[in-house]
Formats: sequence, C-alpha cells, structure tokens
Amino acid sequence: MSTDITTAVPAPPAGPSAMQRLLGLNLVRSLLVSLGVLVVGVLLLESTDAYTNTQLSSLTYFTIAAIGLTALTGLNGQISLGHGALMAVGAYTTALMLDTDSPLPFPVIALAAIVMTSLVGFVVGIGAARLHGPYLAGATLAFAVALPSVALYFKGTFNGEAGLTVISPRPPEWFVSFIDAVSGEFATSSKYVAYLGLFCLVIALFFALNLGRSKIGRHWRAVRDQEVAAEIAGINLGRTRVQAFVISAAYAGLAGAVMAMVVRLAAPTVFTLVLSLSLLTAVVIGGLGSITGAFIGSAVLVFLPPLVTDLSTDAKLSDTQAAQMSPLIYGIVLVLVMLLAPGGVMGTLSMAWRRRRARRQLTATPTKKG
Amino acid sequence: MSVLEIKNLTTTYGPVKALDSVDVAVETGQITAVLGANGAGKTSLLRTVSGLVKPTAGTITLDGTDITGKPTESMVHRGMAHVPEGRGVIAELTIEENLRLGMRGAAKRPTDTPAPVRTLDDAYQLFPVLGDRRNAQAHTLSGGERQMLVIARALLARPTLLLLDEPSLGLAPRIVAQIFNLVRALVNDSGLTVLLVEQNARSALSIAHTGVVLNLGKVVVTESAEVLQNDATLRHSYLGF
Repeated sequence: MSTDITTAVPAPPAGPSAMQRLLGLNLVRSLLVSLGVLVVGVLLLESTDAYTNTQLSSLTYFTIAAIGLTALTGLNGQISLGHGALMAVGAYTTALMLDTDSPLPFPVIALAAIVMTSLVGFVVGIGAARLHGPYLAGATLAFAVALPSVALYFKGTFNGEAGLTVISPRPPEWFVSFIDAVSGEFATSSKYVAYLGLFCLVIALFFALNLGRSKIGRHWRAVRDQEVAAEIAGINLGRTRVQAFVISAAYAGLAGAVMAMVVRLAAPTVFTLVLSLSLLTAVVIGGLGSITGAFIGSAVLVFLPPLVTDLSTDAKLSDTQAAQMSPLIYGIVLVLVMLLAPGGVMGTLSMAWRRRRARRQLTATPTKKG
Repeated sequence: MSVLEIKNLTTTYGPVKALDSVDVAVETGQITAVLGANGAGKTSLLRTVSGLVKPTAGTITLDGTDITGKPTESMVHRGMAHVPEGRGVIAELTIEENLRLGMRGAAKRPTDTPAPVRTLDDAYQLFPVLGDRRNAQAHTLSGGERQMLVIARALLARPTLLLLDEPSLGLAPRIVAQIFNLVRALVNDSGLTVLLVEQNARSALSIAHTGVVLNLGKVVVTESAEVLQNDATLRHSYLGF
C-alpha cells in the first residue's frame, strides 16, 4: 500500500558527514566570535582611561551573569530573581580565598567559586524544578532576600554587615611586561582585574555559544516549549531543569568572582535584590535567550546611569537632581522597551530581519518563474 | 502474541473515573484502534499507558514487562513511542532538531529492533516535505506537516509500539487519508505495532485490524475492524456513522 507521501524521491545522500561538518562549523564560529570579543576587549581596555576601564570590568561580570540568566530563562523558561544571591556565593568564596599572604592562582579561585555556586544552585534548582511562573519567581526572590543574611548570622567568617574587603590579586610579571609591550603603560591591579574579567567573559561566551546549539540546549528548549513531548522523547523534566539551573548558577558564580575583585568588597549591601532585578532587566532589554542581547542589556545597565548623570550635570542640574535623573531615565527606557519592543533589542531586530527576508523571497519568486 | 496488555485498568481524576476496569490487548504487528466519543476515556487510556497519568488500579504490560506507574521518560527506552494529541512539535526548534530529539530515544534501544526509520535520511525519504525544510522552525509547518514531523520523530526512537493520539485532529480528509495509509504501510512492511486512538471511527477502522470501543471509561466492544464496520447497530450507537 503506497501513497504519494510514501513513494518519495530518494533524498540526496547528505548523511553524517555533512552533519559533522556543520557541527564543526559551529564550534569554529563560536571560537572566532569569542576571539573577536577578546581582541575588541583588549583594544577597548588599552584605548580608554582608568575610569572607563573600571566600567568595562563591571560590564564583563554583568555580562557573564546575564548570559547565564538568559540561558536559564530564554532557553529553559525558568525565571530567577535570585541570581544576585548566587553571585554573592561566588564573591564571598573569592574574597575568602584571596585573603591570604600567598593566594592561589586566579583560575583555581574562579573554579572554586564556580563549584561552590553550582552546589548552591543545585539545591535551589531542585526546588525550582517543581515550580512554575509566579511561584518560581517568588521562591527565587525569597532566596535573594534570605541569602545575604547568612553573612550576618556567621559574623566570624563573613564579617556581618561590613562584609569582606577583597584584596585585589597583584598582576604577575608577564602581565606587566605584556601591557608595557602593548601600550607602554604600567599595569595596575585594576587593569589586571579588568583583563581577568575579559578572559572569564570570553570563556563563558564560548561555552554559551555552543550550549544553545548543543544537545543540552535542544533538550532545554524542548522542556520549555512542550513538556509532554519532551518527556515522551525520554527527557527527564526535573533533571533537565536542575541541570539548567546549575549551569546558570555556575555563570553567576564566575560573575561573582570577578565582581568581588572589581568592587573589592563582598558585603550584603552589594548583593541586594536590586542586583538580581537589574540582571533580569538587562536580559529582558537585550532580548530573552539572546547572548548578544545579554551584552546589550548589560551595556545599557552599566553605561546608561553614569552617562545620564554626566549629561544632567552638564545641563546645570544640582547634584541631587542629577543623581535622581538616572533611575528615572532607566525606568523610562525600560517602559519604552516593554511597550515598543517587547521582544527586547535582539528579539525586535531578528523579527525585522526575518520579515525583510520573507519580503525579499516574495518579490524574488515571480521573477524566477517569469 | 500481544505487545501491550492492559488489564483491569482504572484511572481517576479526583472523583471522576476516566477509565473503569479497561482490558485491551494490542497484538504484535497489528493496528488496534480505540474508538469512542469525546470524554470516553481514549486519551486518558494513552496517557495512562505512557505514564503521564498514574492509574489507581490495574496493570500495563509491555513485551512481558510490567510498566505500570513507570516514569514517562523511561517508556521510550522500553520501546514505546507516543505521538501526543495536538501534535506536540517543539515550535522553536527546527525540523531537524525535533527529529534529533526522537533519535535520542533510540540510543538505548537494542540495535536489532526492526525499524522502518533509523536515520534522519530515512525520515526525510518517508516525508520529503520535512527534508526540504529541515532547517525551518517547526512553527512554520502546516497541521499536516506537523503530524508528519511528530510521527517521524516517534519512529526515529525505533519503537516496537507506536501510540497515536487523534492523528486526524483538525486535518483535511485528504491529509488524514495520506497519514492513515502511511501508518498502515509502515505496519505491513516493518512489523510495527500501533495503538491508535481516534474519534474519526470510519477512517480508523479502514486501516485497523481490531477496534475497541470505549464509552464513559468502559470497554463496550472489542471486535475485529471488519465486524465493527459492518455492524450497523454498533456504528449508530457508538461510532456515529
């Protein structure tokens, strides 16, 4: 018994070789993008002043955390208002490990921060996997509020409200000579931290670029879109959600490690609910699930407030008024994005691009026929 | 021999009995159609079989193994592939990504299982429409194409038993005929076993070997498809044609 869909023209012999080539291509492409970011980062760091350098270091840790959150929310559909608290875990770990006469090399510390945060993320993730929508938002919110008080309770280790002062790692010899060779300047400790942030960002970016297209990313999206279909395909929903939370937490941990060194302080006042909320806003402004969006959103978050304050001061507003301007403008930007571009910057751009391509295809078809 | 044996199965949603002591045997290499009106318990039966709903009583045996209450995600490794109602394509994934999701299930299956669809190419050969648009996102597909995609995805898991939940839902009669004929051809050629749940009794019986009629959660009749098609009283009272 055969019908017009079974009697088919044999498909061209594409097969696994083409697939492998494609996979290789993605790996190569993400490597190129990461290296591109590294080069641009070095150029930016070397061509700007110390103040902008610090802003750029803030951008690196913000972006790392935002990438982790956009993967969780965008790919797996879980919302988290607790990523600021997860960053605190990474930051405190870093602060404690740097507080010796001869601290371990940074990669080891960063790894420890990632592992610690992943463990906490695992515990939170187990709870989160059972919750949806507003309940998940509420639970992670409670986590964000509760975690900093751990620092107050264990005063001996975490020094309570005052927090831990982070001793910035001293730049090693090779770094000093490298900076001397590139720009002829003296490598300060903040410059070293900025470079560490940049390296962490590049590595985080490389993994994230592959994650979205890997089997793991596919499973995350399947669980987000169609629970039943994913389950039927043999995916364990709970395990996948916890996995997403742990990986996202690892990003927050790395971001926290960098943040501790940039801010030079790990204290409850640094990791407030506002931090968690700003991360989520950055991700939403940029466009959920988009890594480029995470970059853009973080950049808005880092550069917009000082820019507004500067402009207000130039406009002869008093200092108080100038300081009040930036949250106002930020709020307006947020409202405008939600109203005019609910898909965020990247969501809107990709929709416009798709529409343009569709239009071009429509106009191209008749000419092909005629 | 039957691949799937459902004995005395009862599923309740709160005080409502969706299935009441249901007995169904699905014979190897055959299509068994479960028929009945809305609310008869057809979908509940499939959902209980694939573990999405836990039964209150009764047993489900697949290939001689008791699978009652086992987690849904383990079913695909045991050789059961479920095509859910409303098609369940992952809209944001591309066609190829959707199919890869199905191949995941095949990883733990014995390699000697007879299967009509083993590779992506097999799937594209079976449904050329999918091959032409392999990198398009699944939400751009039409209803019929989606149904083809989910069937291909289920087949890629190399199942011995395919559960089909209302494949005709919302499709044009011509497409329904195409899909039903394809299912029958697959069963004839490869020894696949199918448990088909359908409201469209006439189409379902045209390809099925056996028909089971459910009414208010109970099995009313189990008969060969031929007998059901020719029994005017049964058709009028339960099947509506």
